Amino acid sequence: MDLALFYFLLLGFAILMYVILDGFDLGIGILYPWFHEEQAKDHLMRSISHVWDGNETWLVFGGVILFGAFPSAYAGLLSGLYLPIMLMLIGLIFRGVAFEYRFKSDTSRVWWNRAFASGSMLAAFCQGLMLGAIIQGMPDTASHSLVLITPFTLFTGFAVVAGYALLGCTYLVMKSRDDIQAKAARYGQRLVLVVMVAMALVSLWTVLQSAEIFARWFSSWHPIALAPLPIIAIVCARLLWLDLAKVRANLQAGHIPLSTHEDRPFWLAVIVFTLGFVGLLVSLFPALIPGQLTYMQAAAPSASLWFMLPGVAIFVPLILAYTCWGYRIFAGKVEDFQEGY
Amino acid sequence: MELDSAILSRIQFAFTVSFHIIFPSITIGLATLIAIWEGLYLKTKDPVYLQLAKFWIKPFAITFGMGVVSGIVLSYEFGTNFSKFSEITGAVLGPLMAYEVLTAFFLEAGFLGIMLFGWQRVSARLHFFATCTVAVGTWISAFWIIAANSWMQTPAGYHLVDGKFTVASWWEVIFNPSMPYRLSHMLLATFITASLVVLATSAWHLRRDAQSAFARKGLSMTLWILLVLAPLQAYVGDLHGLNVKEHQPVKLAAMEGIWPARESSVPLLLFAIPDMAAEKNHFEIAVPGLASLILTHDWQGELTGLQAVPKADRPNVPLVFFSFRIMVGLGLLMIAVAVWGLLLRRNDRLYSNRWFLGLSSWMAPTGVIAVLAGWYVVEIGRQPWLVYGLVRTMDVVSPLPAERVALSLTLFVLTYSVLFAVYLYFMRKLIKKGPPDLASLAQHKIGVTASGYALAFTKAVGSTPTQGDK
Repeated sequence: MDLALFYFLLLGFAILMYVILDGFDLGIGILYPWFHEEQAKDHLMRSISHVWDGNETWLVFGGVILFGAFPSAYAGLLSGLYLPIMLMLIGLIFRGVAFEYRFKSDTSRVWWNRAFASGSMLAAFCQGLMLGAIIQGMPDTASHSLVLITPFTLFTGFAVVAGYALLGCTYLVMKSRDDIQAKAARYGQRLVLVVMVAMALVSLWTVLQSAEIFARWFSSWHPIALAPLPIIAIVCARLLWLDLAKVRANLQAGHIPLSTHEDRPFWLAVIVFTLGFVGLLVSLFPALIPGQLTYMQAAAPSASLWFMLPGVAIFVPLILAYTCWGYRIFAGKVEDFQEGY
Repeated sequence: MELDSAILSRIQFAFTVSFHIIFPSITIGLATLIAIWEGLYLKTKDPVYLQLAKFWIKPFAITFGMGVVSGIVLSYEFGTNFSKFSEITGAVLGPLMAYEVLTAFFLEAGFLGIMLFGWQRVSARLHFFATCTVAVGTWISAFWIIAANSWMQTPAGYHLVDGKFTVASWWEVIFNPSMPYRLSHMLLATFITASLVVLATSAWHLRRDAQSAFARKGLSMTLWILLVLAPLQAYVGDLHGLNVKEHQPVKLAAMEGIWPARESSVPLLLFAIPDMAAEKNHFEIAVPGLASLILTHDWQGELTGLQAVPKADRPNVPLVFFSFRIMVGLGLLMIAVAVWGLLLRRNDRLYSNRWFLGLSSWMAPTGVIAVLAGWYVVEIGRQPWLVYGLVRTMDVVSPLPAERVALSLTLFVLTYSVLFAVYLYFMRKLIKKGPPDLASLAQHKIGVTASGYALAFTKAVGSTPTQGDK
């Protein structure tokens, strides 16, 4: 396998890790306004306060892999998507500092609630907008600021917000109990429907907008080979919905839900997201900026790619190992007493 | 000067990077101090060390959080605002940044969760390990960032192919001529900055309660650290200056306010107002020959001046000149405070001399200001080049419409102004609150056998008797 392809796949892996990991904690922020009691808000924030920093690091990792392995794509994408990136960063700033300041605040708590929720929504929406802009074709850097805003990009923006909220719900079902769990399961059921419809529409739009992408999905044997992607996604979404229904039924009957029904929805949501991402990859490969730049054209000289290779080979497995270890230390339900520093 | 997108992009980068550096310059040193205190507690079991670690971890956490969120901005700003720069230097700088994230950023983030929230979930040794890992992570992070920055100052180990940089030798790229000096200077600066913050806070507490064991220990320890590191920093700074003389003579000329193309017996300017149009200084207060002596070790030594290069190749002289003097002046003040502290120790008046404690409690921001001033010397002194002698800053800015950059710059100024006020408010609040008292400290001791853990366990069982957790 050539090195440029390896880095293309590594970049994909980094983005997917980011979308899943920061997806669920941005999702918690998006759900914030729907949990009214301060105690519930405490609980939501406490469930992710030890992991959000590590999760967000995958965004930086994706950025630097793009910078180091595909400098011209880094330059083109980031300057072309200037405003959504800047707004996303501002959103991430507000939600990031809310973790630190909310628990230390007395009178300003309501403002940190707002900063956390609106920052998370803004960041997620901008990411969706960028996804839409990349699929529909990047505008020129010097063109008007508002060309990025189209019905399609607005739709992908809201779709990503809904998707992250779904991940957040399934994470909460896993990490919380009683009322919060019931609420998360209820919203999760609605959101999984919204997300599936949104994914179907975005997929259709992507396939229909370009003859090339259409051919990739529907010529000769391709539909048979690719059919598992949507089919497995639909099956997973259905299972997710059923698990959440069981969690709700148990809670209503006053029972503690089975831990399989509590934990599985999160992993099913991860599978749905992964399949969606693979589908996107099928449509866009080998482009980094569709219609403009492929990963082969954008690749850095081999001296740079080789230099990063030992670092990636040694440290990515190590990072995954200690990240898992960190999650294991905080495994189980979130407890509502003051714990920490 | 017209406010085109290039100027706005440069202002935005300068503003966002200046804001960012405030926080790591505190946290790198503070993480190290917290690790030292936690280690001393485990070794001596003296609770005052745990008190120090527990007290400082809160200011550390909010400072670290500010550093994280403002740092993410920078990793994207190369591409958004300096797209041509990213394209031509990406093959060199990108891998360095990738190594920073792989070896440091993930490490800090991964272990920070355990350091902050894992007190009752892991053993005392493992918690100490997590704290040390965070501290080492911050050093590794500094290593890569300084390597990348230094390469832009003194580029080495590269080929230029079709206007783009490719790497000939990674060793020369990373350990480029200015890198060892800048790295030692910066790491020392962070230890000094954090020590000054701790010193000032301890002094502030001592003025209210002269018996506070926690404040006495903090004051005494940081004064010993400053007594060693502040003079050492002056020495390393001198070596760094000699390195600048060799590799970036024009920057040195701006730092010292030297105008003639070659000048011997150069005076050391204590004060002056450099005039870039008239190419001379006004209101000079000078010590004859001293600059030559310091930089060439000879009273008659010759130095390169600004007129050796065309006007277009000179940095903004007054900014570099004054920044340098602010940094050096504050450095001398730090040495003076450390020495004064040593003298007071001999008469046993260290914790009671109100003048000394008063001055010390005002030293809190001096480290940060000196770091900022130092970086202005480094970065403004490099202009008009982005990669020294090779790439001009104005040639590699993204072709963005000015109003778009103006909008983002406005947002950053508003956001950062609010956040900085908030940061100072919470720092003040945490510092005024003082340390956890020794009696309740037992409840949040380190490790799974701590009473806090038992309390937590009982609560967990008590609150949800029918819990069906796996």
